[in-house]
Amino acid sequence: MNIFDNLILGFQTAATPENLLFCLAGVLLGTLVGVLPGLGVTATIAMLLPLTFQLGPTSALIMLAGIYYGAQYGGSTTAILINLPGESSSAVTAIDGYQMARKGRAGTALAVAALGSFFAGCVSTLLVAIFAPPLTTVALKFGPAEYFSLMLLGLVASIALAHGSILKALAMVVLGLLLGLVGTDVFTGSERFIFGVREFADGLSFVALAVGVFGVAEILRNLEDEKTRTVLQTKVSNLWPSKEDFRRMAGPVLRGTGIGSLLGILPGGGAILASFAAYTVEKRISKHPEEFGKGAIEGVAGPESANNAGAQTSFIPLLTLGIPANPVMALMVGAMIIQGITPGPGVAAEKPDLFWGLIASMWIGNLLLLLLNLPLIGLWVKMLTVPYYILFPIIMAFCSVGVYSVNGNAFDLYSICAFGLVGYLMLKLKCEPAPLLLGFVLGPMMEENLRRAMLISRGDPTTFLTRPISAGLLIATVLVLLVVLLPSIRKRREEVFQEED
Amino acid sequence: MRFSIFAQSGAVALALALSTGAASAQQYPTRQITMIVPFSAGGPTDTVARLVAESMTKDLGQTIIVENVGGAGGTLGAARLAASAPDGYTLLLHHIGMATSDTLYRKLPYKTLEAFDYVGLVTDVPMTIVARKDFPPGDLPGLISYLKENADDVNMANAGLGAASHLCGMMLLSALETPIQTIPYKGTGPAMTDLIGGQVDFMCDQTTNTTTQINGGTIKAYAATSPERLAIFPDLPTMNEVIPGFQAGIWHGIYTPAGTPDEVNRRLSASLQKALTDPNVVTRFAELGTAPSTAEEATPEALKAKLEAEVALWRPIIEAAGQYAD
Repeated sequence: MNIFDNLILGFQTAATPENLLFCLAGVLLGTLVGVLPGLGVTATIAMLLPLTFQLGPTSALIMLAGIYYGAQYGGSTTAILINLPGESSSAVTAIDGYQMARKGRAGTALAVAALGSFFAGCVSTLLVAIFAPPLTTVALKFGPAEYFSLMLLGLVASIALAHGSILKALAMVVLGLLLGLVGTDVFTGSERFIFGVREFADGLSFVALAVGVFGVAEILRNLEDEKTRTVLQTKVSNLWPSKEDFRRMAGPVLRGTGIGSLLGILPGGGAILASFAAYTVEKRISKHPEEFGKGAIEGVAGPESANNAGAQTSFIPLLTLGIPANPVMALMVGAMIIQGITPGPGVAAEKPDLFWGLIASMWIGNLLLLLLNLPLIGLWVKMLTVPYYILFPIIMAFCSVGVYSVNGNAFDLYSICAFGLVGYLMLKLKCEPAPLLLGFVLGPMMEENLRRAMLISRGDPTTFLTRPISAGLLIATVLVLLVVLLPSIRKRREEVFQEED
Repeated sequence: MRFSIFAQSGAVALALALSTGAASAQQYPTRQITMIVPFSAGGPTDTVARLVAESMTKDLGQTIIVENVGGAGGTLGAARLAASAPDGYTLLLHHIGMATSDTLYRKLPYKTLEAFDYVGLVTDVPMTIVARKDFPPGDLPGLISYLKENADDVNMANAGLGAASHLCGMMLLSALETPIQTIPYKGTGPAMTDLIGGQVDFMCDQTTNTTTQINGGTIKAYAATSPERLAIFPDLPTMNEVIPGFQAGIWHGIYTPAGTPDEVNRRLSASLQKALTDPNVVTRFAELGTAPSTAEEATPEALKAKLEAEVALWRPIIEAAGQYAD
């Protein structure tokens, strides 16, 4: 009925000077902390959460939401500039973004990421405003069987992330799955591969793994030989995307926004798949698949849009049901409770100013981020000209502080060192870290949902085929497999590799 | 500001009045205090801790900062406290898991009943038995007979080993003497999602997690596990009315490392008692569906007795279920 009245109420709430200030403070703080390598969004919000306790509920939530998007923007920045993703979604951005940076197109990559995210943010904010309740109903149709099939589709599709050998990509996915097994079995409480180290009881730290295999490995590679320090030596060309760039990013941004918005509403891991799925789609339909992994602008535009769209729509289950879709949303629930608001189905009706103010602030936050980040691009790119003997220790120090701050656990620091060596070895063997990370993130969730679905069906595996959504996802998985294995396509892949050689 | 000047002058006056030595405990606290919460920020236990810490800070005149040391069902945080100096500057706010982990974990790096001193009980959060909104039984006796008749077909969710919902579920199954398929989740969020979505049939969880969903009509409630009916749901029967003696609550307590001077524990206990009557704490607790512990409960003796009783209470239940967390 009165979606416009609601939005007007929202903008009136969000645009008060006080709330605007907190929104700005949030995105600024988020960007700053997000830029520090190793500090992911969750760690950032966990650390800054107590700051918001003194504010009013609306301001506190607006600021936290701002930190959330801000940190995500910041995380992409480090992924592009120094190959250091702070979380799973920016691991995908690192693939082509960092290659663009090595070619001297860091500015363009950052601008594409910012513009794509802004567009995605605008569209998905509107989606949240209009479709929140019906979308929630769809999300609730996803049970364990559906999640398992969705993750299977994601894993199979992730092979397309690799731009080298399919076999190596598969090996990396499997290695990731195995690393994901470390920890305590949720179902029986058995310890798996923890070798008596109690700190491993909750599994290996994602941040430590990502920082190790991406960041530390890259630093080691750069230290190997002065002459391979490509980022430094290439003159940074124009910062702004060219007309051709804009033409190439339009499609990926639109598709990424769609994919991200859809997957973001699924509580329990949907959003993690968004950027991976967007990358896979872009690579599949691109006329130049050979450019992927070597600095394709589509490989930055698609995942970044998907990532941001998913970040916004993951607020839907939180706002309509009070269910957190990811650890960050769980922190937001905590913040709401401390503010005396009990998140749940009643929030929209009981506190319309807060509900709509938060939605309006999402759009304002995205606008602020764009205004903030575009001028900053030049500054970020200059960071690359800092001599490496200064930059490396700083990066390592920030990584360590960031990883340590998540759980206050010194073991995570040893993990960084170990994973750094593993990552370096992988670089030498020309194995890629992105499929490994996806396997690591999806593996445990897939196992959990598989076992849960089987428990509910009392051991009957046909449950995956008799539930329509699950069956549809499995059919899509088979299609993807066929596409990968289809002779003509395989031939095309081979041609591509011959060209490369 | 005014308060801190007051506190400082008070400390100076005390120092002057008590000529030498032995004054250290009376002067306590003279610096910042750390309160370990063995779970992640933003969770229900963290919320309880932050509300209490904020109020105790006012009384003690020293800031209490909350440090989240999560992992391994709260045992990493408890181990951190056990290894801390017993000077009253490191506290731990932990829930019922302190007692159940003694049986759930067979290789704890500390001895639950020996490694800690006690400040007092904070609150006892009641639990509710809830089900998907289209679950057939109409009332509590109906639920019990339905569960017994359809034991093979129903699914009970819980939020993982050692979680409140797991403990309450074990107690329920042991009271019904009926084996029912349990579906574990990683945390309350995903379990609640699947309950709302009708993927699982019922669960037993803290009011902190269920109240808003019950009020929002997304799930339905059959019973409370508190000894008395809950103020927020006066029409909801208690389990006690149908199965006498059945009660389960997620009690929270504040601990110090073993060997902490008695005066320090007393000082903290007095401060806790004050905090538990702070109108802000009372209101926020009520919104979470719980009430602060009484002044008699917020004492070292009461917490010690509670911990010992609960370790003994849960040992046979957990051993009968045969589920361990390591």
